Amino acid sequence: MLRFLLTRISLIIPTFIGVTLLSFSLIRLVPGDPIELLAGERGLDPARHAALRAQLGLDQPLLQQYWLYIQQVLQGDLGVSIVTKTPVMDEFLTLFPATIELSLFAIALAVLIGLPVGMLAAVKRGSLFDYSSMGLSLVGYSMPIFWWALLLILFFSVNLGWTPVSGRISVLYYIEPVTGFLLIDSLLSDESGAFRSALSHLILPAIALGTIPLAVIARMTRSSMLEVLQADYIRTARAKGLASWRVIIIHALRNALIPVVTVIGLQVGVLFAGAILTETIFAWPGIGKWLIESVQRRDYPVLQGGVLLIASMVMLINLGVDLLYGLINPRISR
Amino acid sequence: MSSHSAQSKIVEAVSAEPHPLQEIWQAFRRNRGALAGLVIIVLIALTAIFADTLAPHPQAEQYRDAFLLPPAWVEGGSTRFILGTDDIGRDILSRIIQGARVSLSTGAMVVVSSLLLGIVLGLISAFNRGLVDIAIMRLMDIMLALPSLLLAIVIVAILGPSLVNAALAVVIVQLPHFVRLTRAAALAELGKDYVTASRVSGAGLLRLMWITVLPNCLAPLIVQATLGFSSAILDLAALGFLGMGAQPPTPEWGTMLSSALQFIQRAWWVVTFPGLAILIVVLAFNLMGDGLRDALDPKLKEG
Repeated sequence: MLRFLLTRISLIIPTFIGVTLLSFSLIRLVPGDPIELLAGERGLDPARHAALRAQLGLDQPLLQQYWLYIQQVLQGDLGVSIVTKTPVMDEFLTLFPATIELSLFAIALAVLIGLPVGMLAAVKRGSLFDYSSMGLSLVGYSMPIFWWALLLILFFSVNLGWTPVSGRISVLYYIEPVTGFLLIDSLLSDESGAFRSALSHLILPAIALGTIPLAVIARMTRSSMLEVLQADYIRTARAKGLASWRVIIIHALRNALIPVVTVIGLQVGVLFAGAILTETIFAWPGIGKWLIESVQRRDYPVLQGGVLLIASMVMLINLGVDLLYGLINPRISR
Repeated sequence: MSSHSAQSKIVEAVSAEPHPLQEIWQAFRRNRGALAGLVIIVLIALTAIFADTLAPHPQAEQYRDAFLLPPAWVEGGSTRFILGTDDIGRDILSRIIQGARVSLSTGAMVVVSSLLLGIVLGLISAFNRGLVDIAIMRLMDIMLALPSLLLAIVIVAILGPSLVNAALAVVIVQLPHFVRLTRAAALAELGKDYVTASRVSGAGLLRLMWITVLPNCLAPLIVQATLGFSSAILDLAALGFLGMGAQPPTPEWGTMLSSALQFIQRAWWVVTFPGLAILIVVLAFNLMGDGLRDALDPKLKEG
């Protein structure tokens, strides 16, 4: 197990260095003078230009600049936003909980619906339920989620008026951030109705974001379940006269879950990509919307820092899934 | 019925073994969903080719007397504009038909370039174990560490928003999948006897790569290319929607959606139809990809 752990970690280091190289070169690849980009000013006088150049270390050789950059990154210094003049790291930490809250809710929805649907489809293979749920999940899998989000708004917000169109909570409430998760913070606060408001803001974006993972999980559970149900030990369990629900839940589901867990882990990247679109549409104040705005405002330090943080996050989560997988299935870690 | 005639039937069946392509077609045809996908794709491709004749109106023509006209079957709609008109009086049906041309041609270009580049890099990687292999595969890992849409956005942020740059970004985003698949398939083939035989009889490196090994690696690549088509169209539409792909007034489906956003409250049709077009095309490619996977290699089956 230790060896497995160490190989996995040693594989991640060159990738991390590569990602820092990518984000390091980002600001230098963008057409235009990096000083003007970073200072956000046009027509600097030459003296100030030179001073900034020295201050930002851009007068040094490229290799040294990179070294400097790595040192700053490892100290958590990702530069300062051109637009808001706040450190990128601070902005990220303020906005990140919103994205996590949305993603967790979306993935919970996907697992809670996807697992039972996939299981039932496998058990009732060839039935109407099997065909219709698998057909629907293929549609969900193919869904352009930015359009799906609009349809949800059109139906539930515009037509029925059930849910608000955008934002995270009604402006009537001021919630003191404690955990950063509004659902929890609104419960902790004394404001009545705040939790309801937060929940009604969360539900549509979560459905939009959870649709593709839901489809993937349902399909994966079904096929993995089908494979397990044909195994000898299932026949043995049935022959022993165990109740069929017991065979399915205790014997089959446990083993069928192994590939499903991996697939859930792989959805992290999908969730981040989806969060960019979902947050933009629902004006959800998370890092997806933040990154899109940074591109539109040409706020390159934010884009640079955000890319590095998200890539590191995805790599760490994938590492975690790998390790978890090694724990569930000891054959892999040998 | 004597056992004799049964035996001769078996002999007949063996001698009349169908061509491999025929066999694949047989398996593909049995999958009704895949067949439906193929039919839809052919229909949409024909629509794209004959877009100029099929579209009832020129897509850029602005009818001053028909702003935000609803579809024909809704009260207030007119049969002149079957799917209604947008905010500056353009026929939505015509724009969607022309959009099929934009989406399919860009999608095809993206998939073909990514596939070819991926095959070249994958084969180089498989045949040059060592530094070259490590360098290529690490690079692919870095690209995979970023969520696909984010990587595409970063590339467009560097190059500037346009349809061509968005297409280039999607080519790069898809590349790692093709490289990894080619490399894995080639490595599996490299250990087999026929490759050794070919090598011993003096085949050069290029011949080994392209003529001996590559044809046997094609099955997973074809499946990935079909599925890649659907994600290319989705990503291009998403970039267009975010204002980082095709720019208005190009009749690209994602771009059409983003310019319709402000009318969502009073004109559902400007939002509904372009997205429906995206969904149908993506679904068709996914259906076909699933069918091809089952037909080409039953071992590749997954959820």
